[in-house]
Amino acid sequence: MSDTVILPVETVVPKAGSAAARMAGNPSVVTGLILVGAVVAIALLAPLLAPHDPYAQDLMRRLVPPIWHDKGIWSNPLGTDNLGRDYLSRILYGARISLLIGLSVMVISGLIGTALGLAAGYFGGRTDLVISFFITARLAMPVVLVALAVVAMIGGSLPVVILTLGLLKWDRFAVVMRSATQQVRSLDYVTAAEAAGASRLRILLGEVLPNVFPHLIVVATVEAGSAILLEAALSFLGLGVQPPLPSWGLMIAEAKNFMFFSFWLIAIPGTALALLVLGINLLGDGLRDVFAPDERA
Amino acid sequence: MLLYTLKRLGLALLVATFVSIVAFMLLRLSGDAAIAIAGEGARDEDIELVRQTYGLDRPLIVQYADWLLTTLSGDFGQSLYFKTDVTGLIADKLPVTFYIGSFSLLFALALSVPLGVLAAVYAGSWIDRAALAIAVAGQALPNFFFALVLIMLFSITLRWLPVSGSDTWAHFVMPTIALGYYVTPPMMRLVRAGMIEVLSSDYIRTARAKGLSPASVIFKHGLRNAVVPVVALAAVQLGYLLGGSIVIETIFALDGLGYLAYQSITHKDFPVTQAVLLLLSLIYVLLTLVSDLLNAFLDPRMRVA
Repeated sequence: MSDTVILPVETVVPKAGSAAARMAGNPSVVTGLILVGAVVAIALLAPLLAPHDPYAQDLMRRLVPPIWHDKGIWSNPLGTDNLGRDYLSRILYGARISLLIGLSVMVISGLIGTALGLAAGYFGGRTDLVISFFITARLAMPVVLVALAVVAMIGGSLPVVILTLGLLKWDRFAVVMRSATQQVRSLDYVTAAEAAGASRLRILLGEVLPNVFPHLIVVATVEAGSAILLEAALSFLGLGVQPPLPSWGLMIAEAKNFMFFSFWLIAIPGTALALLVLGINLLGDGLRDVFAPDERA
Repeated sequence: MLLYTLKRLGLALLVATFVSIVAFMLLRLSGDAAIAIAGEGARDEDIELVRQTYGLDRPLIVQYADWLLTTLSGDFGQSLYFKTDVTGLIADKLPVTFYIGSFSLLFALALSVPLGVLAAVYAGSWIDRAALAIAVAGQALPNFFFALVLIMLFSITLRWLPVSGSDTWAHFVMPTIALGYYVTPPMMRLVRAGMIEVLSSDYIRTARAKGLSPASVIFKHGLRNAVVPVVALAAVQLGYLLGGSIVIETIFALDGLGYLAYQSITHKDFPVTQAVLLLLSLIYVLLTLVSDLLNAFLDPRMRVA
């Protein structure tokens, strides 16, 4: 299978310092943590930070430009949209949607993919054959197309988007967990646990999972970023989160008709999205360097 | 090699069958197809009539077998929205998606191979870091946002390129960039990793010891061997490109399969959605099959799997 990630058996080279120390010394991890931390803080503190209600329309103050333009006003630092809603407040509240999507999709797809990957990698044989078949079949179907079709049929809403993406995006988890488990499976401590008569569930959760956990964290990080981008794309196409929710992708879609004269309406949520995903990806890259340097491909 | 080919072929057939079942069920279970065909506000007896004429009252398995047989003969049925036969519709749109897919892949290769080689040869230097930064930034930028920025820059500010349509070559420039940059980072990383591994191998040391020029060592001995996994990845990436083309074609109103898929989904035109989903999946299955066989042919160790 061409999608199988081949992980070289890790030659454990103990580096100076603990994992935490290595993380603190890794510029990618630090930059990523700062970016993601900032967005998390914004999401949590949105009600305190936002100068206005993100849903309140003021038709007398439509398309006010941001403060760095000549006509900007301090009451709306990032301007207003075509319905006169305060753009800064909408951006701040939008952080909640992106983070909620990223986290929930990561948890759902992570649970499915990890369970499948662990089972396939540990049991091998027929189990592996069947699970690998489902991974291949899942990879064959374009996520965007299936997600668009499902959301169009059921109707777009936050829970529908989360569930759809969660049920679709487990493939990467399964692929990586499968090959990581295969590496660990025949190592001495697993054999020892088997000889000691530990139950299979106990071996999987107590011996195998902790040892493939670094791989899991790296995939989970990258997948959260990818889920956020997918939600934004779905919402941008009108088949994701529905108005008036301040999803960054949806805000770009709503501003598309005004982009010729008010490009900042697109540039602001677009930059917010890019910065959040950049932070997540940097974090994932850095964690990969810290935990699993061999996987850096 | 023959046994491996047969095994791999069998898997591809199984996957194709499974995908066809999903494509069929997905849009059949979604709601009452008869209501969708009859249109909104249709009377109950009309809906019943539609149900009988389209055979929607038969058991699902019979409907699936019937659909599969007609599909295999190349007949995808009638489009509910475009009011023409789906096969003709798809044949019309396929070339545009084929062009945009191959252009984007070429664009990504043209960018990722030189960057990856540079990053590997000067591993750890600022060139390596800059290449990595480009890759990381590329993966973070939402492709639809990037597309809109391109439109703003090249169509509105500079007035060099047309905003939308698919009439001339100029119409393909921005979609190619918008779609191609997104698959560049993973390919670049693979080229870099492959080159680093190859450059530290014994035969490269031998080539260097023989006094060959650095260019000859890097390109003739190094790149040739590092590029094999990239070929495999390129085939898989083409599958991602086909999926990503839905967003990009819709933004640029590029009249290909992706835009057709989007239109069919928003108009609940399920025979078209089904056909596009099946076709894109089959293309992916075929590509991975070819790439696996190619890999097995190039590297006998892979045939054991």
